[in-house]
Amino acid sequence: MGKYIVRRILQMIPVVLGATFIIFAMVFALPGDPTAGKCGDRPCSPEYVAAFREEHNLNDPLPVQYGKYLGKFVQGDLGTNYYGIPVKEDLAKRYTITGRLALMAIVFEIVIGILAGVLAGVRKGRFIDNLVTVSTLFVISIPVFVIGVLLQYQFGIKWGLVPATVPSLEAPTSSLILPAFVLGSISIAYVARLTRTNLVENLRADYVRTAVAKGLTKRRAVGVHTLRNSLIPVVTYIGADFGGLLGGAIVTERIFNIQGVGGYIWKGINSRDGVAVVSTVTVLVIVYLLVNLLVDLLYGVLDPRISHE
Amino acid sequence: MTTTTKSVAPASAYKPDSEGRLLEVDDLYVEFHTAEGIAKAINGVSFDLRQGETLAILGESGSGKSVTAQAIMGILDMPPAVIPSGAIRYCGEDLLTMPEEQRRKARGPEISIIFQDALSSLNPTFPVGWQIGEMFRQHRGMNRSDAYAQAVRLMERVAIPAAKERVKSYPHQFSGGMRQRIMIAMAIALDPAVLIADEPTTALDVTVQAQIMALLAELQDERQMGLILITHDLGVVADVADRAAVMYAGRIVAKADIEDLYARPAHPYTRGLLESIPRLDQKGQTLAAIGGLPPNLTRIPPGCTFNPRCRMSQDICREQEPDLLPIAGQMSRCHFAEEVLNG
Amino acid sequence: MSEPIAAGFSPGATDDVDEARSLSQDAWRSLRKSTMFWVSVGLIGVFVLMAIWPSLFTQTDPTFGDINNVRAKPNADAWFGTDTQGYDIFARTIYGARASIIVGLAASLTTLLLGGVIGVLAGFYGGWLDALFSRVTDIFYAIPLILGGILFMASFPNGANSNYFVVVGKVVLVLTVFGWTTIARLMRSSVLQVKPNEYVLAARALGASPWRIIKSHILPNALAPAIVVATINLGVFIVVEATLSFLGIGLTPPAISWGVAISDALVAVRTYPHILLFPSLFLSLAVLAFILLGDAVRDAFDPKSR
Repeated sequence: MGKYIVRRILQMIPVVLGATFIIFAMVFALPGDPTAGKCGDRPCSPEYVAAFREEHNLNDPLPVQYGKYLGKFVQGDLGTNYYGIPVKEDLAKRYTITGRLALMAIVFEIVIGILAGVLAGVRKGRFIDNLVTVSTLFVISIPVFVIGVLLQYQFGIKWGLVPATVPSLEAPTSSLILPAFVLGSISIAYVARLTRTNLVENLRADYVRTAVAKGLTKRRAVGVHTLRNSLIPVVTYIGADFGGLLGGAIVTERIFNIQGVGGYIWKGINSRDGVAVVSTVTVLVIVYLLVNLLVDLLYGVLDPRISHE
Repeated sequence: MTTTTKSVAPASAYKPDSEGRLLEVDDLYVEFHTAEGIAKAINGVSFDLRQGETLAILGESGSGKSVTAQAIMGILDMPPAVIPSGAIRYCGEDLLTMPEEQRRKARGPEISIIFQDALSSLNPTFPVGWQIGEMFRQHRGMNRSDAYAQAVRLMERVAIPAAKERVKSYPHQFSGGMRQRIMIAMAIALDPAVLIADEPTTALDVTVQAQIMALLAELQDERQMGLILITHDLGVVADVADRAAVMYAGRIVAKADIEDLYARPAHPYTRGLLESIPRLDQKGQTLAAIGGLPPNLTRIPPGCTFNPRCRMSQDICREQEPDLLPIAGQMSRCHFAEEVLNG
Repeated sequence: MSEPIAAGFSPGATDDVDEARSLSQDAWRSLRKSTMFWVSVGLIGVFVLMAIWPSLFTQTDPTFGDINNVRAKPNADAWFGTDTQGYDIFARTIYGARASIIVGLAASLTTLLLGGVIGVLAGFYGGWLDALFSRVTDIFYAIPLILGGILFMASFPNGANSNYFVVVGKVVLVLTVFGWTTIARLMRSSVLQVKPNEYVLAARALGASPWRIIKSHILPNALAPAIVVATINLGVFIVVEATLSFLGIGLTPPAISWGVAISDALVAVRTYPHILLFPSLFLSLAVLAFILLGDAVRDAFDPKSR
């Protein structure tokens, strides 16, 4: 097990390098003058521009810039943004809010998605099955920003049940319920469909027939014997989907004006703050890869046929 | 080898009926309602089983053997399966009209089943000991560690080497023969009165087949179970079974004591099956196979269901379905049973 | 519905001549009977026609804004009403199909091609080529689609007068660059499943060229799941295109697209929900049609999942 983890982490290194280089190359192609608007209404003095470019290695060729950046990154220096504030400090302030958002979205996926999928699967062809099948298709086919804005309007503005926007960094978790639900909405639907499909398929498996023949109660035959096998692909899906949540956080945080990591990336893109964007996205990619590693380990626990020796 | 293992079983509420029968299947019909039409899988099957007796049910795949077994266990998927008529009496009580909860409690302690493919029939995600122990946890309310101890005892009984060390292994970590032993251990865990073995050796090597059959015979003898042995392979049952019923297209076409069945078959289909067994003393001869295929059960032809494949088929066979009638101490569903019997 | 137990009874069918059908013929037979398949094909047909030939559906000029008649409710003249700038919503919804359909179809096709080629080569040749391609796949897989899309579109923004097809092309490009990995992984594992089969080994032993083996033995068996995923992805790509428009970095006015129409309408959602309803409805229907089509094809190829 330990060896497996070490090998996986070593394998992650080229992936992280490659992914960050692609991001680095894209972001540092961001057009426009990064010093524009930094000196009031007047153009900045040539001295200031030169110093600025020197400080951010903007005069080097791209691979050299990347190498210098990486050298600092591995020492834990995520660089400073164009306002001179270390990106690390910014992220430290913001990651809790996005972390809570993503975790809550995953909890919604697990609770609502799996519950709906199980209900539909065990009552295949009945009303609840059709309800789940139709409503999940409905959710999947509507863009998440439409769902977001409509729910924000309905719950936040018209009924006033929840705050419509959550601009504070110290926002209480309860105010994040709606954004998290929106962030997870499409995944909830996919989890429900995946759970249902797998459950229906596994209910016909030979070992479930054995479970019934053993005289187990229906609850035990389904809940213990069928569900475990049916959830293995669902766990994989939720892990792979984590990256989608991180991307989706940019959209969701924009709708609800949340000052999280997604909002930070968006702000960085708009103010052409290359260092802030690259460092943040790199951290996200590493988190995403670690989550995938965790899911693979969990997979081994759920399915003993998978060996990590 | 003969450790007594009866200690855990409380006295059963079920006793064999007045005529000593444990199980009585009475004119059973099973249909599958599918998009392609109604498949008549079982058409008026009757047989009984006594304590300590081994009944072999023989036939090709699709003849209704396994459906009969699943109907007895009550594990048919209904729908698409429908049981329009018939009765399955266990110790005089009809399982088909019994409340589901009462029937569930009979699965395991009273009637148990072993399936063909132990790899797919065991849950891949739980240790084998856990799966055997589950019988005790569900039916006897035992705690986890006591159930594991029982599982070790049973694994030792079915001769799994190093049972104590392997009780927490998973099904895929065992060989095919060992997996089937685990299935058997699970099935006999609660000392059932009736054990159904549905093609228990089909998926195994020939040498392992013999070991498993020997184990089943030994256990049956030890516990005086009624054993229903379902197979398409006449070779494996000869030494074990007392009586045999031959099924074709959802009907019993012949019933006989096992010696009679082999020595003097009274139905052309039985004879065809016997002729298709490879024999060492007939080396070099062409192996006879029964030509053709069993009928489509959604469109069973009129007359004798076997007539399209029968060498002896006459006009009457195409028009009138024969009844299952006694002949020379056996039963045969053939218009020309006498001719068959006399070779 | 053919349950496995019941299915065990049919091998003895009297008409056993046509039992020996190939998988694809079998799939087509069951597809033909599926309502879901025909509904989705019908919907997709209408949307494709809309994209190619919008004037077939409406005579109204979608670029004519009548400022005296803004935010009109649906009426006999303007079936879906008019938007905040007096444009006819029906006409704009019809004309908006083009962007989504082009983006969806083109991105699906390019991801299928790119992912397919890389997956097949990696799976078929193995060795260092597989190691290289698999690492490259991992790298691109590590960048979530939306995130990559946002970074790319923000890095290469559209000028005020960017050509419509250039912008659409850029969206297709970014969806391809960050969207091909699922297909590549799927194809690679399909090839690995097919490769050890005896008929493939036999073809190799007989000296068939790699291309011939891939074409006649590997692809027919590995392509079906990839096409299913590509079809379902098509819906995803349409949504991502709309999302980029919502963020203001995809298609932007004066281009006409559902994404642009929806993000314009979201501003006024409180007072004039009908402006949002119609483009959203069409976009969702299009996405739905492709998901249903993918589901129907998958069910046809994999009777188990029904």
